[in-house]
Amino acid sequence: MSFPDIIFYFFSTVLVASALGVITARNPVHSALLLVLAFFTSAGLWLLLEAEFLAITLVLVYVGAVMVLFLFVVMMLDINLDYLREGFWKWFPFGAFLALVMATEMAAVLMGKQFGADQMPAPPARAADYSNTKELGRLIYTEYVYAFELAAVILLVAIVAAIALTLRQRIGTKSMDVAKQVAVKREDRIRMVSMPSEKKE
Amino acid sequence: MEYAQQLFGNFFGPEWGPVLYVVAKDVLLIFAIVLPLMLAVAYLTFAERKIIAFMQMRVGPNRVTFFGIPWLGGWAQPIADAVKAVMKEIIIPSGANKVLFVLAPVLTFAPALAAWAVVPFSPEVVLADINAGLLYILAMTSMGVYGVIIAGWASNSKYAFLGAMRSAAQVVSYELAMGFALVCVLMMSQSLNLGDIVKGQQGGSLLNWYVLPLFPMFLVYFISGVAETNRAPFDVAEGESEIVAGFHVEYSGMAFTVFFLAEYSNMILVATLATIIFLGGWLPPINIAPFTLIPGFIWLILKIGFLLFCFLWFRATFPRYRYDQIMRLGWKVFIPITLVWILVIGLVMQFPPSIRNAFPLNLWFH
Repeated sequence: MSFPDIIFYFFSTVLVASALGVITARNPVHSALLLVLAFFTSAGLWLLLEAEFLAITLVLVYVGAVMVLFLFVVMMLDINLDYLREGFWKWFPFGAFLALVMATEMAAVLMGKQFGADQMPAPPARAADYSNTKELGRLIYTEYVYAFELAAVILLVAIVAAIALTLRQRIGTKSMDVAKQVAVKREDRIRMVSMPSEKKE
Repeated sequence: MEYAQQLFGNFFGPEWGPVLYVVAKDVLLIFAIVLPLMLAVAYLTFAERKIIAFMQMRVGPNRVTFFGIPWLGGWAQPIADAVKAVMKEIIIPSGANKVLFVLAPVLTFAPALAAWAVVPFSPEVVLADINAGLLYILAMTSMGVYGVIIAGWASNSKYAFLGAMRSAAQVVSYELAMGFALVCVLMMSQSLNLGDIVKGQQGGSLLNWYVLPLFPMFLVYFISGVAETNRAPFDVAEGESEIVAGFHVEYSGMAFTVFFLAEYSNMILVATLATIIFLGGWLPPINIAPFTLIPGFIWLILKIGFLLFCFLWFRATFPRYRYDQIMRLGWKVFIPITLVWILVIGLVMQFPPSIRNAFPLNLWFH
């Protein structure tokens, strides 16, 4: 067993263990944190495959932003665990069916003749100065530019939709207009009053 | 070096020798970075107290000295503080989530140190010279927020929780502006490698530094950096006048000190990155005799020192932002500015070569 193999098995063990933890942990905050660990270790596995851009982006986007918001929401929930466990046996057959379908699909991919490991020769090792960030950028902006732009438009629609869903006019909020606050002058707030001094009794 | 390599080869065999040699070398190099960094953090706290004291016309710490030498008054203060922190008891509040409570400071501290792996200190001196250095740093600094959130939640305290929520929202918002500001830099340097970014600013004088064409981005980056490190005037996560001390209100002793160390090493990291990306890193301001004689490392330290002074200056000068003002600045001011500037840089890059190679654009667009 060589050094990369040991790293691979270490990361894989941590990944599988933390992924199991995500679905078995009783506390949702623990689940979310274990999911963070799962993302982080799978980024480590991608680094072993020399996909450094994807690995770092996984950490940057999913761990750094998406999971933070996830945790944000999960921590605010006041979750009653008994209530969560109530419908377990009712939904168990459905969940088991889904798991079975997924397992079958994975088996079809991994064991099939078209997708087996022997169909995919290991890519040649790249030189140290090979930048797959540049390579990805070149491909995205030339060959796959339409797909890329389509994805961008879909994301834009999602942003607009998210804002439109939460935008509502409420009466009685105390939100302030910063431009107005900044434009305030002394004369608007202060009234100079000249008063004659009063005599002491 | 070669002798050590041979020694490892003889001792552990041809297969494991080289691997273990690299591991041992890297561990030594990591210590060579982390130990001076910790010393810098210790004396940054001293500098902060002294500088803010002078700005407020006080004297600041001036009692603790080495070996009773009077004119070193105050210089042993950080050491005394460290000893005090180590001696104190770590109290874990009842009802706190013990594992996460202890894990939180570590989770803040580890990314703050890990980011230093790709920082170049001079043309050859860098621990990991990786292609995607800039991305790596962004990824590592974005991990730091977990420590704050977990600390706030695991403390089982309302004040800590409020601080954690504020910090999470703030850091996520300012990360976007920071990322966009760095996109401009990588468009100009055409590289994500920090060493290459500095080399892109070579060319004779400080006119070549990216701070000139990207001045708005420099401001956005630096202010976002202040916000990301939860420093004043963006320190609503601590907000001692409103929520006591925010996320670390329940922490004491060494656990609190680890948060403290992480905050200050993050400050140094932000200042170092701003230096490398915008202020030409180790390059002298003018490439003529008296300036070029000073080694590049000294120039780097001087620039970092100036930016760190700005951090302390801000803290002594500005009142704390209100929460809605922080959000407005991040989302409605910084992000539009960065988006416009990305467009501007993109347009300039598409200019015909005759314009791009003329003064002043030829200073920055190689």
